[in-house]
Amino acid sequence: MKTTVSAEAVILLAGLLFALGIVGVIIRKNIIFMLLSVEIMLNASGLAFIAAGSRWGQPDGQVMFVFILAMAAAEVSIGLALILQIYHQHKSLNIDNLKEMNG
Amino acid sequence: MDKYLWLIPALPLGGFLILAFAGKQLSRSGVAMAGAGSICLSALVTFVVGGAFLGDLPANAVYTQTLWTWFEVGTFNAKITLSLDVMSLVFVFVITFIGALIHIYSTAFMEADRDYARFFASMNLFVFSMLVLVLADNLLLMYLGWEGVGLCSYLLIGFWYEQPTNGNAARKAFTVTRIGDAAMAIGLFMIFQQAGTLVISDIGANASTIWQPNTTTVTVTALLLLAGGLGKSAQLPLQTWLPDAMAGPSPVSALIHAATMVTAGVYLVARMHAIFALSETARLVIAVIGAATLLLAGLTALTQYDIKRVLAYSTISQIGYMFLALGVGAWTAAVFHFMIHAFFKALLFLAAGAIIESLHHEHNMFKMGGLKDKMPVVFWTFLAGAISLAAVPLISAGFYSKDQILWYSWTAHGGSPVLWAVALSGALITAMYTTRMMILTFWGESNTPVGHLPGSRMTMPLVVLAVFSVFAGFIELPHNFGHLTLFSDLLSPVLPETVMQANIPSEWLFQLLAALATLGGVFLGYYYYYQQPARIVSLRQNAMLASLHRFWFSGWGFDALYERMLVKPFIFISKINKSDITDKLYTGLAAVTDDMYKLLSKTQTGSLRWYIMGLVVGAILILGIQIML
Repeated sequence: MKTTVSAEAVILLAGLLFALGIVGVIIRKNIIFMLLSVEIMLNASGLAFIAAGSRWGQPDGQVMFVFILAMAAAEVSIGLALILQIYHQHKSLNIDNLKEMNG
Repeated sequence: MDKYLWLIPALPLGGFLILAFAGKQLSRSGVAMAGAGSICLSALVTFVVGGAFLGDLPANAVYTQTLWTWFEVGTFNAKITLSLDVMSLVFVFVITFIGALIHIYSTAFMEADRDYARFFASMNLFVFSMLVLVLADNLLLMYLGWEGVGLCSYLLIGFWYEQPTNGNAARKAFTVTRIGDAAMAIGLFMIFQQAGTLVISDIGANASTIWQPNTTTVTVTALLLLAGGLGKSAQLPLQTWLPDAMAGPSPVSALIHAATMVTAGVYLVARMHAIFALSETARLVIAVIGAATLLLAGLTALTQYDIKRVLAYSTISQIGYMFLALGVGAWTAAVFHFMIHAFFKALLFLAAGAIIESLHHEHNMFKMGGLKDKMPVVFWTFLAGAISLAAVPLISAGFYSKDQILWYSWTAHGGSPVLWAVALSGALITAMYTTRMMILTFWGESNTPVGHLPGSRMTMPLVVLAVFSVFAGFIELPHNFGHLTLFSDLLSPVLPETVMQANIPSEWLFQLLAALATLGGVFLGYYYYYQQPARIVSLRQNAMLASLHRFWFSGWGFDALYERMLVKPFIFISKINKSDITDKLYTGLAAVTDDMYKLLSKTQTGSLRWYIMGLVVGAILILGIQIML
């Protein structure tokens, strides 16, 4: 069964996801959740690319999505490694406790 | 022989270069050979060249020698050209001959000094600069020599620089003469603007076509030149530096501050007589300044304790006579008095230096006394100089030169009875302070033990100068007896003849009065300081006379006046601007930058969530603006 979803609706969903991600990054104090929110934002942009690709019948959108996936994988691995180091050194994952680099 | 003219200034310059660059390597006798030898050779060349020049006088009585072009700017062409005429020959003769004697004296006088080579290097440089000054063909080259002698004067006054007072005296001399020099430089600019040339002979030949007589322009130009002369020659109101300049060694006082440099003003006015002849106001100013200076300095000399300060004030006073002569239009009389004065004043300074050294650096005359029998050579030579300074009639050279000036100060074109009266009372005062100085130094009881006596290298120049101080006057005898005018005839191609007033009184009367003034002065000095010394003490008790004495002693309060009028305000202003107002702009810029940096660094909180907020708000703003537009 083939259902058609309008591109506008998908872009709207992507926008909502993106906003959700931003809000998550801003209001969350736990670094792991902030990383998660960043992933949501990445996927929102990926979704927007897919929608645009299918709307114009071009493969570029899917190409970009593969790029984003690869980048997200790398980002998560580095991010998790950093979080582990932070936890080792500060015994805390609360972002508000990590304000040492001020001017 | 004329073509060897360039050797006269070149020899002292060579001496200076040797001493300045190799003075440390040379032995003491080597330094003396280079320092005194160069001047002696220069004097010898002067005799040879001068003799040849006078023996075969060129048609226009000038010999010029262009060495090279200094620089060219557009049509202006400054050349290094030496020009010898009779007047510069007189000056060159005095500079090299007296200079040589003083250098020979200095080889003994400065023997024990640490900086033997530095002394002779500065002295040689001085002689070179002075020779450039008097031999210069154009005013620019003359100005070079003019500044050169000022520099050497500064270096030699502050020769014993370890004592701060000597350094202060040197700076004072330099600063005060600089005031005159600045005015003179402006005068040179004015001359160049109006005449289009700085060559002295061209200006002299064309003066009457360039300038209208007695216009403001020519008067201002003349007065600006005069200001330079007043500074160098220590005349009112720039006379305050000369007494302090006595901080230098005695040979320096003899050469620079008595015989040569301080008379540069006389040379300048006589050399530029074509300009001064066109301005009656300027000549009146010269005469009045000369008369006022001679009286004021004479009265100051009467009250001094320091033998060198007496001589310094006496120098100011005698140069006042020369300016008086220039002012009334008696040009040759001024130059004649310059020459005679150079002989006897150099002698007096050298003799005073010998006394001071023998008495272990005692300057106070009241602590001397009784030296008549202990230092006979110095006594007799000093006496010869003193009678010339006091102008004792007939037997001294000073009489013939000063009597001429007294005579002209009434009878010459610019003369007047008032000027004559001032000059005559100046003669009385001169005789009085000279007698006072003689009696205090050589008679009475000995107050300070005499150390070693001066050697032959010091006494020989004294004897030579003493002979000249007594006999040099005979080359120019008054019109009414002898009527020998060798000197004024000699100068006639260069300087205009003295214009006399109509129906003048008899010269005999003037000579008699001048002689009486001198003898009266001698008698007053003798009476108060030898016969009745108690009277001086009782005069001091009088409060009014005591305060008058203090006033005169301080040089008529000029130092205090300038201190209050010029030095204090200057220091006050410079204190206000100590932190430099222009600099405030730049420090302000730096301070604003610093504050901005501090403000911005406050936003660097280290809180990651704030940064994200910033990013988001910024993105929303940019997007919003994008959509709105």
